[in-house]
Amino acid sequence: MVTFTVKVEAEGGLHARPASMLVNKANAFDSKIRISKGEKTAEAKSILNIMTLGVKKGEELKIEVDGADEQEAAEALKQLFASNFAI
Amino acid sequence: MMKGIPVSRGIAIAKAMVLRTEEGHHEIKSIQASEVDREKARLKESVELAARQLTELEKQVKETAGAEQAAIMQAHMEFLSDPAFVGEMESKIAEQLITAESAVQQVAEQFIMIFESMDDTYMRERAADIRDVSKRLKQNLSGEAGGGLADIKEATIIIADDLTPSDTIQMPRQYVQGLVAAKGGATSHAAILARSLGIPAIMGIGEEGLNRFKNGDFVIIDGATGDILLNPDEEAIRQYTAAQEKEAARKQALEQLRGLNAETTDGHSVHLVANAGGKEDPAELLEKGAEGIGLFRSEFLFMHRETMPTEEEQYEGYLRAVKGMQGKPVIIRTLDIGGDKHLPYLDLPQEMNPFLGWRAIRISLSRVDLFKTQLRAILRASAHGKALIMFPMISHIEQVRQAKAILEEVKQELKSEGQAFDEAIEVGVMIEIPAAALIADDLAKEVDFFSIGTNDLVQYTIAVDRMNENISELYNYFHPAVLRLMKMVIDASHRNGIWTGMCGEMASDPLATELLVGMGLDEFSMNQNSLLEVKQRVRSISLAEAKEIAEKALSLPTVAEVQSYLASRVNEA
Repeated sequence: MVTFTVKVEAEGGLHARPASMLVNKANAFDSKIRISKGEKTAEAKSILNIMTLGVKKGEELKIEVDGADEQEAAEALKQLFASNFAI
Repeated sequence: MMKGIPVSRGIAIAKAMVLRTEEGHHEIKSIQASEVDREKARLKESVELAARQLTELEKQVKETAGAEQAAIMQAHMEFLSDPAFVGEMESKIAEQLITAESAVQQVAEQFIMIFESMDDTYMRERAADIRDVSKRLKQNLSGEAGGGLADIKEATIIIADDLTPSDTIQMPRQYVQGLVAAKGGATSHAAILARSLGIPAIMGIGEEGLNRFKNGDFVIIDGATGDILLNPDEEAIRQYTAAQEKEAARKQALEQLRGLNAETTDGHSVHLVANAGGKEDPAELLEKGAEGIGLFRSEFLFMHRETMPTEEEQYEGYLRAVKGMQGKPVIIRTLDIGGDKHLPYLDLPQEMNPFLGWRAIRISLSRVDLFKTQLRAILRASAHGKALIMFPMISHIEQVRQAKAILEEVKQELKSEGQAFDEAIEVGVMIEIPAAALIADDLAKEVDFFSIGTNDLVQYTIAVDRMNENISELYNYFHPAVLRLMKMVIDASHRNGIWTGMCGEMASDPLATELLVGMGLDEFSMNQNSLLEVKQRVRSISLAEAKEIAEKALSLPTVAEVQSYLASRVNEA
């Protein structure tokens, strides 16, 4: 399992478009991906789950990736956050 | 008179139809264990049907309201394929032994509750999306469609507690005159849709407001002010009817100009083009009659991100516009950053006078690596249509020469790599500093075109910061000094066989159109929504008249006199 934290810089937080990009990215991998904000945890492959986390700009998220392709998946997600969803 | 949040302009006068969603009245119905598979199959069927409906609807919306609105349907489709949504419904059927309808209801309510309790307006409004999708599923399950809206057969103003985007799109447009909703605000999907469909709408009147209406009430709404008149008197009806007719006539007259040229009554043509900052869809710009893009703000490719966009990323951005405009010119302004616009990864210093500081071409010429990357990307895109390059914030001839020399180097590099580009790509400069206007004759010998950036030209000429409330009334592009500088620039360009355009607010102001045509301006670049109105002004005069107007306006000593003279001309027409 790979665990890392990211800071959300997207204007408006994880709104529809960034959330949707995140789900698409997560769906490209077999690994189980969980995103937590404080106490709340969401399945990264569910857009509703992610949106209901209510992530705002500047907040930190913990991401856990578990599965055969966890390294690649973690890399891809890190990149998505680093690019500020501009990919 | 009641008041709500005005979300879509226009006046509507008609009978009210009050719609209430019976949400919450659904009772939870139990099933036998043997019926689980049947209910799951029904749910699956209704989800598949919903996906087909949404695909079709998305196509419709794209055509009638544009790609941005169609994204709503995409969001709904994403919900349908979300394991937390439909998957959760399936497990509820199996675990709680309830019908598909009840499962949809329960899961939807959970999400609606979560979204509605969030403190972010945007997220709260997503509850409406969940309502919309779940309503669609329930309708599909019951085999009913439309929810009463389809039965409307006369002019109606819909009064509802909440309007879903699907409701809004599927309303019979020929009968629905206006919309009023208890919930929602300017950023709700239904509001955005109402605007793009041109239906007057007012939202957020609340539950109490809603309760004051009954079916058949006579209602007037003014979507510009948020005013709602319930059973108004004769006098009010007369007033609003007159205002409505005036507006309708104006709109219709504009629509008829769509396919026509922007030429004066004596056959002098000008180019009306659009400003673009990334969000605009080229197909939409063409549809609105833009003859090109007169200002492509390349900054948007650089903003809201943490690293410099690569050549490839920039190329994609330019290519989309250049290809999308199908051979019509796209003037790409090189990076205009600094001043009030910052990039976190460029680490620009804090300055005492940012607008007089290190910005735009001044940055590009000292960060040649960045500049070259941008020029490479633009040049590569130029192979696929008609691109032009424009340098911002030019004050010195040397800057133009230096920028052109770098462009030449980049061209040679691309050539040696065997990359395709437009070798004769036209190069222009923004005229937004008085110094540039004063040396326009010399600048004209270096470039293929000018584009007057009125916003900065006014700021620098009058030395006024328009964001400063204490002096903002000094900021005005009808200042005689500004007008005279513009005239000098246009004349200088024509003397040297090149043309002058204008990007900036003045180009979209119908009050300025005659004056600018008369001054000889060749190209007007503006927000896409102003194109038709400016075209109407251009087509209403002759070049000879316009020249007289320009001459007179240029001779007036004060802003007030210029403005009242131009206003009197507009009123005459």
